[in-house]
Amino acid sequence: MNIKRFFAVFKARNLEFFRDKSSLGWNLAFPVLLLLVFSLIFSGDERAVYKVGIVGGVTATEFSKIKFIDYIEYQQLSEAKAKLSRHTLDLVVDRQQQQYWVNEESSKSYLVARIFNQQLSQYSRQQTSGKKIRYIDWVLPGILGMNMMFSCLFGVGYVIVRYRKNSVLKRLKATPLSALEFVSAQLLSRLFIVMFMSIVVYSGCNALFDFYMIGSYLNLIIIGVLGAFCLISLGLLVASRSKSEELIGGLLNLTSWPMMMLSGVWFSLEGAPPALKVFADFLPLTHLVAGARRIITEGATLSDISYHVNILLLMGITFLSLGAYFFSWNTER
Amino acid sequence: MAVAIYVENLVKQYKGITAVNNISFEVKKGHCFGLLGPNGAGKTTTIEIMEGIISATSGQVRYQGKFVDENISQQIGIQFQNTALQDFLTVKETLNLFASFYQHTLPLDNLVELCDLGAFLKRDNRLLSGGQKQRLLLALALINDPEIIFLDEPTTGLDPHARRNFWQLIKNIKAGNKTIILTTHYMDEAEQLCDDIVIMDQGKVIESGTPQQLLNKHFNEIYIYLPKAQVPEVLIAQYNWQLQEQRVEITSNNVEQTMSLLMSHQVSLEGLQVKSANLDDLFLQLTGHSLRGDK
Repeated sequence: MNIKRFFAVFKARNLEFFRDKSSLGWNLAFPVLLLLVFSLIFSGDERAVYKVGIVGGVTATEFSKIKFIDYIEYQQLSEAKAKLSRHTLDLVVDRQQQQYWVNEESSKSYLVARIFNQQLSQYSRQQTSGKKIRYIDWVLPGILGMNMMFSCLFGVGYVIVRYRKNSVLKRLKATPLSALEFVSAQLLSRLFIVMFMSIVVYSGCNALFDFYMIGSYLNLIIIGVLGAFCLISLGLLVASRSKSEELIGGLLNLTSWPMMMLSGVWFSLEGAPPALKVFADFLPLTHLVAGARRIITEGATLSDISYHVNILLLMGITFLSLGAYFFSWNTER
Repeated sequence: MAVAIYVENLVKQYKGITAVNNISFEVKKGHCFGLLGPNGAGKTTTIEIMEGIISATSGQVRYQGKFVDENISQQIGIQFQNTALQDFLTVKETLNLFASFYQHTLPLDNLVELCDLGAFLKRDNRLLSGGQKQRLLLALALINDPEIIFLDEPTTGLDPHARRNFWQLIKNIKAGNKTIILTTHYMDEAEQLCDDIVIMDQGKVIESGTPQQLLNKHFNEIYIYLPKAQVPEVLIAQYNWQLQEQRVEITSNNVEQTMSLLMSHQVSLEGLQVKSANLDDLFLQLTGHSLRGDK
């Protein structure tokens, strides 16, 4: 290896990075922002580990003595039991009937029941009925949704910035192709790829794991298409003017990380602070995952999840319109 | 001859830098028009304004009386200086992709034959050599059978053989009465291909005309070179000839007379070279720096 050439390239690359103010700023700002967000969410290290649904009053001191447990009050036992079966809660206690319910498919449910062994000694143990929903069934929409999110955001965002950087976009601008045609073609192409891949992944995994599914596959595909449309449009918007691959990487991380953490992919936001729930409501993945999960685990129809459907449609159209409006072929220096 | 393009008082500024500084010229229909100048002279900026790719700060470009509008892309063909093509597409797929953008296209078979692409139609774009890629880019510029074709430094980076092949392609296109606007910093290329030239430096037009007109205007001398060892020093001093390392440069406006003089002094003519002034010399004379050298 020629050390002189090596250091010349090393130096040039460093200069390029440090002179790219947007990338530099982003690389500094992102970890700080992330730390700030996490410190706000999990301040005081008082993060709840388990979630217990209480029917008949939360103020009971025999339960509230134990720390790091979220106690969520429910008026209806059926609602709490449904959430237990869908792994949204880990334990349900009915203080009036002196009964408690565990989910036999959940290790967390088993553990939290053991923790409350003493408090529940006077209560009779019950199990959720019906077909068992495993954690893998619960987490499946989240994992598929997250995979779609990365494919939509990075698959579109990075490609457009690369096209812009190596003048593919400039060459296309010299043709009669319009920005809307280009953007729409990118959207549809990615939509097809994402849906094709998701269906292949779901089908393959279903053959192995026999996923729980009580809803309509057509409805599942429709919510998937809407979610992908919304996420691709978001990717197009983020990439509409970016010139640097490092900047787009940062922006896409900024977009995807909150969704990965707060859209209910890995854990339910049941019992989370209201402000966090409101924030999560602004994330497209939240609605994709929540809608798909309700179709899979509750057999919900599209009208049952019309809130999620409408939000995804509204967000998708807004992102696409803004993306097409701001789109730059970036031929000006 | 009819004028295909009028460029009038064109100015382009980027954040305080004037890339194109109030230039005007005309491009005649059916001519090959050369825009010459060193890197940074403003050639690419000028040509991209003419193509409608970037906008001018002020001034205007008119095509046969009409201003540049969004329909211009149907009527012109462009080969950019630096262009990547989409990865993983073959040559044929790329031609088909671009053909789909236009209302009227040349038959692809004709285009493939014209640009000599037949041997690698199924090859991935990424696997093309420099010359092959330039031929594909030229084919893309011609795909809509344009009347006006812009070629921005089309032979930069090509080996001499590929360059000469490319020149022949351009001559074939020109024979079809197409108007060609060519930017280059290769003077031999301009001399071979261009009917008219404009020389730019630092954003300004510093000279324009046909290559021969400009050379005749600025030079009436011929350069004769002989190995230093063959020319007596007394002659060099007497006629004020220039010593250049291992050779002597004799500037003459009458070659016959100078040859007679040399022979009368029994100077051996072995290794003699005769050179007339070219556009490189012209540029050096006009600007004080070489066309391809550092400023």
